[in-house]
Amino acid sequence: MFNKILLNLIFICLSTTLLAGETIDMADTFRSEGKIYVVVTILSIVFAGIVMYLIRLDRKISRLEKEQSNSEKA
Amino acid sequence: MSKSSINTSFLSRNWWKITGVFLVLYSIIMGFLGEVPRLPILHETIRNLYFHVTMWFAMIFILGASLVSSIKYLSKSDYRQDIKAEQYAYVGILLGMLGIVTGSVWAHFTWGAWWVNDPKLNGAAISLLIYFAYIILRNSMDEEQKRARVAAVYNIFAFVLLLVFLVVYPRMNKVDSLHPGNGGNPAFSSYDLDKNMRLVFYPAVIGWIMIGLWLANIAIRSSILRYNQLRSQFSSNKEKP
Repeated sequence: MFNKILLNLIFICLSTTLLAGETIDMADTFRSEGKIYVVVTILSIVFAGIVMYLIRLDRKISRLEKEQSNSEKA
Repeated sequence: MSKSSINTSFLSRNWWKITGVFLVLYSIIMGFLGEVPRLPILHETIRNLYFHVTMWFAMIFILGASLVSSIKYLSKSDYRQDIKAEQYAYVGILLGMLGIVTGSVWAHFTWGAWWVNDPKLNGAAISLLIYFAYIILRNSMDEEQKRARVAAVYNIFAFVLLLVFLVVYPRMNKVDSLHPGNGGNPAFSSYDLDKNMRLVFYPAVIGWIMIGLWLANIAIRSSILRYNQLRSQFSSNKEKP
């Protein structure tokens, strides 16, 4: 009888620790030592490149606008 | 003009472009490195919130700008407002298509299919079709003022339908939806109540809105340039005997 209770107790303890230990998979190691920083850097460079292109386009149009308003005055 | 006054006018004209770039850059960096809640099924894909959901928020804002331009056109008949409405609509459609494609990829890896029969998905698809029809309707007319007026009126209908299909319809109680906050699912704010995520998500939305406005700004200015050029060519041809 006593053995049975003890066994049950052990079982409950085990199962709760197992349940608590059940973790949801996340890319933890991926983040700490998996060089995710490299991906972030590359994505930032791609974004910076697109922004630089946008700035170029923006300035080109500003120049054209200036030219057009000058030629309309003339 | 002194150099400092040039700089201040540069900042006063372009602060929103600079802010947009920095906010999106911040969302790219913190979107990958920041802490996110640990949820089954979603796992790391919860980070798509920063990149997929922001597309839709920015789309609604930009299409709202298109609507405002259309209303302004109807009250003032200024051709610039017509050009603005058209170009904002193009940028909004671009953002919407990005939203649908990214959402489809996300759905494939979490819900198990590229396309599911979800009211939000179908609503988004219908609203995009409505805006495709706006572009087709516009381009089907040659007479400039008539085109501008009909397109402006249609644009008002289109925006109302967009709100109905994207905001109202998926939230109706009798509709089942996989999206959070819709069809009896817990609201958006309850699963990412996480402060860390909000600190990235809201700046990302503002950043993408500003980037979208910048794209539209470039498109609008180049369209106005072309319009003026064509007009001056036309008038100089008329002067010739």
